[in-house]
Amino acid sequence: MRLIVPLQGVVQGRGGLILGSLIPCALFYFLQLYLKRHRSPKPQSNPPSPTTSSPKLAEMTRTSSRSNLFSRSIGQVRISSRAISIAKLNESPYYIGLDKASEDPYDRLSNPDGVIQLGLSENRLCFDLIEKWMSENLGHSITGRDNGELNINGIATYQPFDGTMELKLAMAGFMSHIMGGAVTFEPSQVVLTAGATPAIETLCFCLADQGNAFLVPTPYYPGFDRDVKFRTGVELIPVHCRSTDNFALSITALDQAFNQTRKHGTKIRGILLSNPANPVGNLLSWEMLYAILDFAREKNIHVISDEIFAGSMYGNEEFVSMAEVLDSEGFDKNRVHIVYGLSKDLSLPGFRVGVIYSFNENVLAAARKLTRFSSVSAPTQRLLVSMLSDARFIKEYIKTNKRRLQNMHALFVAGLKGLNIRCADSSAGLYCWADMSKLISSYSEKGELELWDKLLNVGKINVTPGSACHCIEPGWFRCCFTTLAEEDIPVVLERIRKAVENTTDLLNSS
Amino acid sequence: MAIEIEKPSSVRLSKVAISKTHGEDSPYFAGWKAYDENPYDEIHNQSGVIQMGLAENQVSFDLLEKYLEEHHEVSSWGKGAPGFRENALFQDYHGLKSFRQAMANFMEQIRGGKAKFDPDRIVLTAGATAANELLTFILADPGDALLVPTPYYPGFDRDLRWRTGVKIVPIHCNSSNNFQITPEALEAAYQSAESMDLKVRGVLITNPSNPLGSTIQSSVLNDILDFAVHKNIHLVSDEIYSGSTFSPSEFVSIAEILRNRNYKDAERVHIVYSLSKDLGLPGFRVGTIYSYNDDVVTTARRMSSFTLISSQTQHLLACMLSNHEFTQNYIKTNRERLNKRYDMIIQGLKKAGIECLKGNAGLFCWMNLSPLLNEPTRQGELELWNIILNQVKLNISPGSSCHCSEPGWFRVCFANMSEQTLRVALQRIHKFMEQRKVCSVNQ
Repeated sequence: MRLIVPLQGVVQGRGGLILGSLIPCALFYFLQLYLKRHRSPKPQSNPPSPTTSSPKLAEMTRTSSRSNLFSRSIGQVRISSRAISIAKLNESPYYIGLDKASEDPYDRLSNPDGVIQLGLSENRLCFDLIEKWMSENLGHSITGRDNGELNINGIATYQPFDGTMELKLAMAGFMSHIMGGAVTFEPSQVVLTAGATPAIETLCFCLADQGNAFLVPTPYYPGFDRDVKFRTGVELIPVHCRSTDNFALSITALDQAFNQTRKHGTKIRGILLSNPANPVGNLLSWEMLYAILDFAREKNIHVISDEIFAGSMYGNEEFVSMAEVLDSEGFDKNRVHIVYGLSKDLSLPGFRVGVIYSFNENVLAAARKLTRFSSVSAPTQRLLVSMLSDARFIKEYIKTNKRRLQNMHALFVAGLKGLNIRCADSSAGLYCWADMSKLISSYSEKGELELWDKLLNVGKINVTPGSACHCIEPGWFRCCFTTLAEEDIPVVLERIRKAVENTTDLLNSS
Repeated sequence: MAIEIEKPSSVRLSKVAISKTHGEDSPYFAGWKAYDENPYDEIHNQSGVIQMGLAENQVSFDLLEKYLEEHHEVSSWGKGAPGFRENALFQDYHGLKSFRQAMANFMEQIRGGKAKFDPDRIVLTAGATAANELLTFILADPGDALLVPTPYYPGFDRDLRWRTGVKIVPIHCNSSNNFQITPEALEAAYQSAESMDLKVRGVLITNPSNPLGSTIQSSVLNDILDFAVHKNIHLVSDEIYSGSTFSPSEFVSIAEILRNRNYKDAERVHIVYSLSKDLGLPGFRVGTIYSYNDDVVTTARRMSSFTLISSQTQHLLACMLSNHEFTQNYIKTNRERLNKRYDMIIQGLKKAGIECLKGNAGLFCWMNLSPLLNEPTRQGELELWNIILNQVKLNISPGSSCHCSEPGWFRVCFANMSEQTLRVALQRIHKFMEQRKVCSVNQ
């Protein structure tokens, strides 16, 4: 102000008032610009550390859009729109819960008040068997012995990106074994990937273009939203299943979803199934598999069958692979692709071993080339060739794993029943699908998330809410029980009871 | 029974699946096929094709083997396998802290301590191939462009473009100044992109260069960074051969340039590294993105879910790379051996009358065969390449597959074979050149 008045006096005449105001403003602006440009930087010997590793995602999104808005004026460099949308995906309770549990993990002895992780389908029941195998067999099985000479040459150099023939052979044999021996898998049709996650993504890149879609029965594994959509630009169209028929898939629902989507101008390229299902844990019957293949033939679309839990059976039903039905019936095999991996059945998620199994030579050719972006690490391949080829060990492992799974499942489901929480009928998986709809305040997604929040922050247990799995009925929760020891089950049940103490239904438990 | 009308039987595949962007139909890969069909072997197949098109480092395996022999526990978690189950379950995309720390230290050692790396800025990927693709997904949208100096690694056509839908616009370099990148060339490339209506999102350099086998000078790095700042775009520096510089003082990392500028403008810079070349472990699939941009680090980490490094491998390498005695010795010895190989091949080629670009790094040399061309064109180069592959039985990489604007240059790898095999290759080249002299004398 003090500057403006004398200037007005200086700049006399018609434009005086305006110029007298404009000039100091302009001067002020230029002064700021000058100061900004010549601000001496803080001397730094180390590169600036990144902000804390798990920034609140809403803030992250805002930062990204800020940089987008101002990229031209302030000079902040832009990142792609794909990158920005990735930030949004992590707002799902599925990921938030996982983070929270890993920040304060429960330990019976050292951290009894920590968060009990029931949201990650990990199998910890049979590590003792694997550790025993390792101590008896590992020795030099990584570096290998070639004529008594230590030889790193075999694993250090470039390997075929889609996996060594030895591992493909061993994997084909293992898959056959674990699925009950009813079908033989050809090693030449096996493509190995760094986990089932890139297996799904790679298949999507091969089978669909950006803007196309896959039909997927709900509820489904939350990770599919990332695996299918992130970088491919392919959409997922939910096909809703309901509790009235134990969340079974119906062809009518598939057909409706197909037609609806087509009306909107989006091309459906295939169906994405999990069998055994995640999160429900039920199996697709032979008849259903047949019907799906028939439907796919009629619409001329692909079928991806994610069979990663095929070896995690605890029920009395027999698992039937899509490959088995294909073998016996006269369907065109070119449309069927199976995904598998060692993260669940063999408890080795860290080792990153996944499989694309396809009958389509063109898909195999493309997928093989794409595995350069996600190959299995050579030392891991070598270790697994040893392990998977050990028929005696695998047989014992499968048997013991099933027994322990059955045991934990029975205990856990009975425990929930004691709290008047019933579970959907299931035969496989590392989890159960629990109906807590009677415990939510309002029969809506909001009510469900309130309960989820209470269970996480008051009860200190992390479970996956059905809305994260796109379940159309509120109140269902996926609870993984294979990360627990038997002694932990009463603790979990007690915590659930405490968290929902004021809900009348629990008090009226029969 | 109703008669089934035959519908178009084959179910449709995506554009990505049927596209040729994987580039495997080019001569770069055709040579590999010839090698696969008739591979040279010192004992069993002395007339086979010698593979000189694969940039693999086999000169220092003995050092790795010695380490593993003396440290069994790193590959087996020790007796009773303590820590095994935690490792087997570990699929956190942050990666093992101990491994990130070890990688950061290793990268610092390679740069002689002239740059510091923060382990929390390291994002792990299954190989540098995945790292480069991932960065492209993050920095550019489909239809955008990256500027890449020529000649460049043929794999970039696939890694940067195939699934990302991003385009490469070349920054033309030529032999008049030893293929150095100039501000004029940078600007010309930018203008070229603009004229094609392409939005330029970044510059991607390889330093030391593949296929040139030489480091980028400090002044040029500064020019490139200034250019990126001026255009407000990213700068990706693929430093995968940084540990393969024959003399440590000759390599300047973009990290040093940034340090000298007090990290001003750092948020647009990203470094790619890997253990495939320097440590000779391409089978292990270990790559990293080091970014000075927080958003890029966070996003890259999430995206790395598609390309995580096996926790078993992370554990093994964390132990190995934390052993300073091992890494110091390895880095030093590896450099010396590569230097020796380089001298051997340069002398051998010189004796045969062939000149190479002056190199100081990498696993290959950039050979000038332009005097031998029938015609100074791509066609002429491919004809010569064919003769060398089928008559001389050497698989070398033609400059055209590296998008070199001048025909007649070839990349020749020297570290993926024994010294004896290299001698055989040089003998063959010598003989070939002798025969050509005789032929031209008789014409």
